[in-house]
Amino acid sequence: MSKLIVSRVLQAVPTLWVIATLTFFMTRYAPGGPFDSERSIPHEIKVKLESHFGLDQPLLDQYLLYLKNLLRGDLGPSFKYPEWEVSELIATAFPVSLTLGILSLLIALLIGIPAGMIAALRRNSWMDYLPMSMSMAGICLPTFVLGPLLIFALSTKLGMLPPLGWYGPSDWVLPSLTLGLFYAAYIARLTRAGMLETLQQDYVRTARAKGASAWRILSRHAARGGLLPVVTFLGPAFAGLISGSFVIESIFFIPGLGKFFVTAAFNRDYTMVLGTVLFYASLIILLNLLVDLLQAWLDPKARQQR
Amino acid sequence: MQSSKDFFLSLLFSRLFSIWPLAWILLGCSQPSNIETALEEQILHFGLGSEPQSLDPHLATSVAAHNILSALLEGLVSEDPKSLKPSPGVAQSWSISQDGTTYTFKLRKNGRWSNGDPVTAHDFVYSFRRMLNPSLGAQYASMLYPLKNAKAFHQGIKTWQEAEVGVEALDDYTLRLTLENPLPYFLELLNHFSWFPVHQPTIEYFNAYEKIGTAWTKPKNFIGNGPFRLTNHHINSVIEVEKNEQYWDAKTVRLRGIRFYPIEAVYTEERAYRSGFLHLTQSVSADRIDFLQAEYPKELHFEPYLGTYFYRFNLQAPPFDDQRVREAFSLAIDRQRLVEKVLKGGQVPATSFTPPGTGGFMPLPKFRHDPEAAQALIRTYLQENGMDRLPPIELTYNTSEGHKKVAEALSGMWKDILGVEIRLLNMEWKVFLSTVAKGEFTLARAGWIGDYIDPHTFLHMWRTGEGLNMTGWGNQRYDEALRRAEISNSSEERWKNFQTCENLLAEEFPILPLYFYVHLTLRHPTVRGWYPTLLDHHPYKYVYLAKEGDP
Amino acid sequence: MNVRPPSSLGRDAWLRLRANRMAMVSLFLLVGIALVSVFGPMLGSHSYDQQNLDHIFQSPDSTYLFGTDNLGRDLFARTTYGGRISLAVGLLATLVSLVIGVTYGMLSGYAGGRMDAWMMRLVDVLYSLPFIIFVILLMVMFGRNFLLLFLAIGAVEWLTMARITRAQTLHLKNAEFIEAARALGYSHGRILFRHLLPNLIGPIIIYATLTVPAVMLLEAVLSFLGLGVQAPMSSWGSLIKEGAEKMDAAPWLLFFPGSFFCLTLFALNFLGDGLRDALDPKSSKD
Repeated sequence: MSKLIVSRVLQAVPTLWVIATLTFFMTRYAPGGPFDSERSIPHEIKVKLESHFGLDQPLLDQYLLYLKNLLRGDLGPSFKYPEWEVSELIATAFPVSLTLGILSLLIALLIGIPAGMIAALRRNSWMDYLPMSMSMAGICLPTFVLGPLLIFALSTKLGMLPPLGWYGPSDWVLPSLTLGLFYAAYIARLTRAGMLETLQQDYVRTARAKGASAWRILSRHAARGGLLPVVTFLGPAFAGLISGSFVIESIFFIPGLGKFFVTAAFNRDYTMVLGTVLFYASLIILLNLLVDLLQAWLDPKARQQR
Repeated sequence: MQSSKDFFLSLLFSRLFSIWPLAWILLGCSQPSNIETALEEQILHFGLGSEPQSLDPHLATSVAAHNILSALLEGLVSEDPKSLKPSPGVAQSWSISQDGTTYTFKLRKNGRWSNGDPVTAHDFVYSFRRMLNPSLGAQYASMLYPLKNAKAFHQGIKTWQEAEVGVEALDDYTLRLTLENPLPYFLELLNHFSWFPVHQPTIEYFNAYEKIGTAWTKPKNFIGNGPFRLTNHHINSVIEVEKNEQYWDAKTVRLRGIRFYPIEAVYTEERAYRSGFLHLTQSVSADRIDFLQAEYPKELHFEPYLGTYFYRFNLQAPPFDDQRVREAFSLAIDRQRLVEKVLKGGQVPATSFTPPGTGGFMPLPKFRHDPEAAQALIRTYLQENGMDRLPPIELTYNTSEGHKKVAEALSGMWKDILGVEIRLLNMEWKVFLSTVAKGEFTLARAGWIGDYIDPHTFLHMWRTGEGLNMTGWGNQRYDEALRRAEISNSSEERWKNFQTCENLLAEEFPILPLYFYVHLTLRHPTVRGWYPTLLDHHPYKYVYLAKEGDP
Repeated sequence: MNVRPPSSLGRDAWLRLRANRMAMVSLFLLVGIALVSVFGPMLGSHSYDQQNLDHIFQSPDSTYLFGTDNLGRDLFARTTYGGRISLAVGLLATLVSLVIGVTYGMLSGYAGGRMDAWMMRLVDVLYSLPFIIFVILLMVMFGRNFLLLFLAIGAVEWLTMARITRAQTLHLKNAEFIEAARALGYSHGRILFRHLLPNLIGPIIIYATLTVPAVMLLEAVLSFLGLGVQAPMSSWGSLIKEGAEKMDAAPWLLFFPGSFFCLTLFALNFLGDGLRDALDPKSSKD
């Protein structure tokens, strides 16, 4: 297991380098620059601005300088908001997105996994159809529909919860519910599929025949194989959740990270795009590693194989 | 086997339901809204629309920045809350020379920066010099070009000493500004943030004289001379200002603070307003007008706004290289119907490029609606070119619900009247900008918001070769009329020349004016001392909150 | 463990599918929606892009079955027309992502070791690249080709599919039935596609049915960037997005496209479940 971790950390370095390099050149070749605006800045001012940010240097030099700074952990100032460092912006917004992401994930897991298991165990009965239909309804309602609907019901009509902002725990409920319910639907469906697959496997049947207790069968045997698809799905899904959601953030006016991913690209805020991409990439690498570890733990047979 | 499944189920349920009570603790606590507490606290909750790029007045570019900076800083003159006419600001009084090119300002002795330092004439000299310093790269530096020799210094042709820019501190409290040409709207211009002063010791301390992106604009560092001071800035969340007791006119200031919320999504901003989170919104979606007018008739405001929505023709791209086709496209559209049926926000159909009444100028209505004439023009054009119909035409716009709606409505009209097929091409903003700037379009959406209340802010765009022109159109008579207007001191002379410009636009059609903007906003009745103004400026020192019925 | 002879798999599956009532109802429903989408726009008296500025925001009545939008266009025509695009994009792009993701995931998992590690790192790289910039570059390089829509969607949607398939492959590749097949000396290709694949099908089909709505909504995002559907054309994704913004003033703008979208997903889902059961080599045992 520790060998797996070490080798993955070593693989992460070239992976991040490839991502940084591709992103660097992709952003530079996209049309438009950070200082284009409707007001058409005089040419000489634009040249000045560009030299302020080193954009007048040859592209390769800029790239090498960027890598050099990156190695020192310096992501540079944002081009769009030059009074802020990219790392400062990420550090301010990440705790918000992390809180929202964890809460949503908890909601999604607490609803999705039991619902999926119940449906699998009571296949083709109302206890299957009901949670599965509800989960389909969850998928039919994308967050930009569900969010306003929840606000309308719980905030506008019943006045129970604030419709927007991120100031205290009562503000957390609606956005995490919106995101959580959407993911719960995915998780429920994947859990059901995985469980159905596993409940038919020979080793579960054997365990049953040996008279193992129901909880033990569920937790030790069936759940393990059955949760594989969910766990795999959760790696990137969780990375996506804690790096913020643009839609949720704009519906609920939450100062999270998701907005930066989208606006940085639209603003051609080169340093911010790179900063957010590298941050997200690190999360993806980390979480996919965790997923692989979790899979090994859930699936002892595959572990022996490695 | 069935029995073991039931057991699984009971197990799941028992574990699942044990966590529910937790959820209820979070719910059910409701607090009084911002609006309710604001009356007591005198805090204005302001929908800012978007996060300002910079709070440095010399680097700022947006309306959002203006809204904040006009609370934090004050220029030589202030403005009347209703008419925006200049009123005493840092300058107590001023005198203007006979020829209208020399302004002498007497600064008040009790002007203070928020740290207690006196505000002097030298601060303004320093600020204007920083703004014009070519190494700073200020985007709005050309706003200061009316100052004599400012352009030569800014373009790096001359040093500050050589250039003798028309700004001079005669003593600590007397400032003389000399202009290139007489400029009837010069005092109004001084309320643009590019003319605001900065605190020299702070700028020097942060080495920000020629550097972009220093920390001097952060709350704990910002030193201003306006009615409010900066206390908190959380990006994408809130900017807070608090009454500045050092301000010379602090007794007039009734608000204790303002909170600016950069809520970008219009629907979210509307919800924020309706739930009592905001006193006023930055905008309102056009599609919500009917609904809001029914629900909030007294709170929905349609205020005139100094801006024109128009399309650019590309004169290099056939068929718009032919003037008759451009004219036909203009004649074919029913601007009245567009405004009434599609936009519905009280916008005014544009029959000229400059909004009527800009600085007192009333352009004649030259852009008409005449579908038969349009068809006739196209018929002759087609005959001459041996075509039986116009080729499909691409209409480029930047992605937005509003622009899409206008583009769709207009294509419908052109299809009906001229039988031409319009292909809509939406683009992401930066792609759009670079596409239009490179001239890779046939017909493109555009809009222009005036920087100051004078026709010049609109009409200078169409000078031959001007960076904003981008149509490929140029006309010497236009340039000449514009130049005459620029150097003249008499309204009559200037209006005559501006009308010549307008006439040329309506004869040669490099552009297609569609409508004049309206500023749509929701504003709570408790907000007082707030008046509709053309530039959407609202000097905060006159604003206060009072219950309905109270004065 | 029952290793079924492959020749009868398809026929058996069809027979089993036919016996599943929910799946068959869903199949007919899907065909129905597809037919309405193809022929609906021709049936009504209004075309999807014909404006009537005197009839804007009309609620549903006998002239406008589904009401009208902010330019007075017939929502029935726009919804059914949107169905053509959304169904085509949703099903085709999902199919593309399915083929790529499943093949890639199986190969990666089956190969294992260093090969697997680097194949998965490539997936990590693709997860991380900035999607908006990627789409903008695609358009710069290839113009506004409609096919790019599939490329852009395919590029993001196959990744999770590949990871799920890989995880299942790792899980099953040492199962007795695979070892038995190996012992019989079957080629890798045969083992992968004849023996392994049928046993992976459950989670794959489920994830595929979950990909369809994601793709349909992603299409609306791409049209925001200027790729794919251009106004005045419609798609369910863009109709739902616009409808969501106007839901309290003109609820029909959300309701009708939303219902079509939802019905399609429900049908796909039950059909997917049915297919899963039908294709499952073990199902005959239960």
